[in-house]
Amino acid sequence: MVKETSAQKNNNIQSASTTIPATGLQMVLHKAATRGKASHGWLESNQTFSFADYYNPERMHFGVLRVLNDDWVAPGKGFGRHPHDNMEIISIPLEGALEHTDSMNNTAAIQKGDIQAMSAGTGVFHTEYNKHATIPASFLQIWLFPKEKNITPRYDQRNITRIPNVFQQVLSPDKLDEGVWINQDAWFHIGSFDKETTTVYSLKKPGNGVYAFIIKGTAVINGQELGERDGLGSWNTGEITVKAGIGDTEILLMEVPMTAQEVNQVDH
Amino acid sequence: MKIEMLAIGRNEEILQTLVRLINKNEQWNGVGAGSDEAAMRLFDEVRPSIILLSNGIDAVSEEKLRRYFAGRHPAVSIIQHYGGGSGLLTNEILMTLDANNRALEEG
Repeated sequence: MVKETSAQKNNNIQSASTTIPATGLQMVLHKAATRGKASHGWLESNQTFSFADYYNPERMHFGVLRVLNDDWVAPGKGFGRHPHDNMEIISIPLEGALEHTDSMNNTAAIQKGDIQAMSAGTGVFHTEYNKHATIPASFLQIWLFPKEKNITPRYDQRNITRIPNVFQQVLSPDKLDEGVWINQDAWFHIGSFDKETTTVYSLKKPGNGVYAFIIKGTAVINGQELGERDGLGSWNTGEITVKAGIGDTEILLMEVPMTAQEVNQVDH
Repeated sequence: MKIEMLAIGRNEEILQTLVRLINKNEQWNGVGAGSDEAAMRLFDEVRPSIILLSNGIDAVSEEKLRRYFAGRHPAVSIIQHYGGGSGLLTNEILMTLDANNRALEEG
């Protein structure tokens, strides 16, 4: 069992809470109820890491994973035109649908089963609205520090047909691989599992860590019990063991480099 | 007394947004520069305590600017701003101010 503490200041490996032994597997636990909250009427946001007005020096990032916002957007409402640069921005709809427009002339809608990635690079402007006038939308908004700064911006989205009881890859650094691709050595997988299914996830790249977020249900990961919307980061390991809970379970795994803010420059 | 900040970035619209967001805080005063020359001129005029490096600054410019700023005011905090908007801006500035305060306390 991982116990939450207030250690780990000035640690660029991960931020917040935990840990267990100095060598071997290490983990950081973020219970759902401990996340930052923002309530704007049209937007309800639960923030695993510090974001906007939520500032907690012990909750800054897990490796290059800088933002994990669990957002609910009222019908017809959304994020007006705003800029981004030098960030890999991933959206995963959980219910409803979102309509996206950007300064690269993309207009698209995404809904559950889709994943959207935007490499902001030298800079883009975009909007993100709930597509429906009567149905709320919820989605995960995820930001990763880029591998290289100042790349040419790009947009990508894919629909992933779900196969039960396996972790399906939805994001990678390779344009020829399954799912969307981004400017970072990161791999995302999503799995929907039946009661008490056990799965082992093997990390793709040595030195990476993996952050598990329980979208639905409960699970036990490396012996740590997790509830809905809890997050668990693991590093110094080559694999994690995931056991689904007694009900339907949906889990997002985000494998990311564990060094943050050592971003290479791209010279054009 | 307000904390002076200089934001530098090549995308003018993003830069304007960044300066507007900085100035929303009553304790902060931000100015923006789109070119290296403007950045160095504003640095000498404003004497900022925090510099935010935003989008599009290549490695050569970044090195040149860092050397210029550090040569004139070694204690200036130069930070990379990521994300381009309001999401991380306040966090980045507060982290820098915390670190500066800790450094002061530790002498």
